[in-house]
Amino acid sequence: MTTATADTASLNRVARDFEKPLWRRILITRESAIIALLIIVVAYSVLTVRGFGQPITLNYLLLDVAAILLIALPMALIMITGEIDLSVGSMVGLSSIVTGAGVQAGLPFEVAAILALLAGVVGGAFNGFLVTVVGLPSLAVTIGTLALFRGLAVGILGSTAVTDFPEMWTALAKAKIAGTTIPYIMVPFLILLVVLIVVLNFTAFGRGIYAIGLSKDAARFSGVHVERTKFLLFVLAGLVSAFAGIFYTLRFGSARGDNATGLELQVIAAVVLGGVSVFGGRGQLHGVVAAVLLIGVLSSALRLANVTSDVINVITGALLVVSVVSASVLAWLQKTRRRPGRLPHLAASTAP
Amino acid sequence: MTFTSTTRIPVSGITKHIGALGKAREFGILVALALVVVVATAKNPAFVFSPDGWRDLLLTPSILVLVAVGQAFVIITRNVDLSVGSVMGLSAYLTGRLFIDLPSLPIPVVVLLSVLFGAVLGLINGALVAFAKVPAMVITLGTLYAYRGINVMWAGSTRVNASDMPKDFLAIGTGQILTIPILAIVAFIVLAAAAWYMRNTRGGREYFAIGSDPAAAGLYGLKVTRRVLTAFVLSGALAGLAGVFYAARYGSVSSQAGAGWELDAVGAAVIGGVAITGGVGTVWGAAIGAMLLMTINRALPILGIPDFWQRAVVGVLIIGAIVLDRWLAVRQRRQLIESRDQS
Repeated sequence: MTTATADTASLNRVARDFEKPLWRRILITRESAIIALLIIVVAYSVLTVRGFGQPITLNYLLLDVAAILLIALPMALIMITGEIDLSVGSMVGLSSIVTGAGVQAGLPFEVAAILALLAGVVGGAFNGFLVTVVGLPSLAVTIGTLALFRGLAVGILGSTAVTDFPEMWTALAKAKIAGTTIPYIMVPFLILLVVLIVVLNFTAFGRGIYAIGLSKDAARFSGVHVERTKFLLFVLAGLVSAFAGIFYTLRFGSARGDNATGLELQVIAAVVLGGVSVFGGRGQLHGVVAAVLLIGVLSSALRLANVTSDVINVITGALLVVSVVSASVLAWLQKTRRRPGRLPHLAASTAP
Repeated sequence: MTFTSTTRIPVSGITKHIGALGKAREFGILVALALVVVVATAKNPAFVFSPDGWRDLLLTPSILVLVAVGQAFVIITRNVDLSVGSVMGLSAYLTGRLFIDLPSLPIPVVVLLSVLFGAVLGLINGALVAFAKVPAMVITLGTLYAYRGINVMWAGSTRVNASDMPKDFLAIGTGQILTIPILAIVAFIVLAAAAWYMRNTRGGREYFAIGSDPAAAGLYGLKVTRRVLTAFVLSGALAGLAGVFYAARYGSVSSQAGAGWELDAVGAAVIGGVAITGGVGTVWGAAIGAMLLMTINRALPILGIPDFWQRAVVGVLIIGAIVLDRWLAVRQRRQLIESRDQS
């Protein structure tokens, strides 16, 4: 609940992790648990749900989760620094409207799309400016820009929708990579995923992201550019959300002001499920990707099994609650089983 | 000597300044609200000076005021309750269902049951937050989905209509006493009680202490867990009461009632000067923030702005309010440091 307890908790966790053998450290992580759960759910669905095993299911599933997959990546990085961006869903809507309004005004689609990406950069920079330069809490800032971006989107086009996009682009948004049922949108996603995994794990910038989440002050004293890092991450979130917005528009062939309403909560739910701590300092992208896929597979399989979307919502919510609560129940169990003083030097240094 | 019969505590210049600033926070937003009402009325007198306009001015914000007051409790303890919209919708539907399924129940019992139901949902949130030591945002994000899902499973595509509810109950939703809507009066009484509790009781002050520094509050011996739990129960109960209001006011409840209200409630509290970082704010501020949000919604079309722009205006307001809040805090800190250096 406080940074103090979060710091102590993470230090204890680090200490706990390093006394275990490597294979246990890799196997017994939240990320592995989510991946295992994903494999079990996929296997079970293929065996029991009629129609789930068909290749076309994979196509629809990936198209459905593509926007969430894309946005979850920068969101995970922002949340690892201990901040949050609630405005991403509205940015998808705004980017959709900028694209639509541009095409309606007679611009070529490509130009309109570039304008939409620019809007994403500007919107992200606005968030980043308010959070890092003015020093406001990101939860409050992005509740404000959630309303602002959505308001601009709805205000620009009103209740009308733009639907005449070039056939070539709308087809590309749904097209499959030759010989597979994997949609093309997975290509930019995979590139972004690989780039971000490399950045996060093998660069000073990436380590800085974790450092900021663990302790902002300690990170600053170690030479991490705290403000610059956060600012860049907000810009990245805006840009990726805008890109997702263009994809969303093309996929449904419609630019509407209320596109992707509430998407931010789905993204955050997936990121948290994937093991990113809301306190910051902890999380891995492969866990996040597995969590997005897990939610996608669950809802796709349940829908094929004729379960209504409301039940799916309950399951998503319950999964989120159970997964975060079970982590703390496990930690509590470990604490009660472990005799105090096992690591005297660390126990002493982290005692309040 | 009547003049000296009350003991005056000497007030230093600094305390006066802080007091004035504290007032200014809610005062600024109150001025904004008054400005919106005055400008809209100047443009179209019916905004206030017609029976419908007057009624809507007071009635429309009443529901959000309740939810925002509950949210203020939770945010002041440095938590957040994102599930309030779902709790409100579920309570509203329960109210309708009780009238349909148990027609013999008297109206006050139904109201009480719905409020209690909201409190139980809040208790679930609070228990998960307080005992599992998981951030409230994550827990209430989960229950936001879960409660809404339960609502949709329960209601399906059916809805409760005005004809399903007793006339006396619906009369509460539209009734007025001395031209003031009954719901607005109830909301005001709840607000005043909450404000009194927050300002004058030991328990109320402890919420601020917990929100300012939870660890210090715990070390000092405050019952942090119990207070956090209470804040969530209050938030749930008020959302439950808001659900009753919703059913009475609109007479029609679908499974989507209250969808998206969580951000309006948090927005109202933030606009009203409740700091999202905890420990700062008043329920009055949250209530005025809620009134401003709802009043702007009605005023925009009158001011000649299509109400499509409503959310953009709300966004600018939220951002403006938190920037102002930050500026005031920085100024106050500078003044305190200056006065310390001088002394």
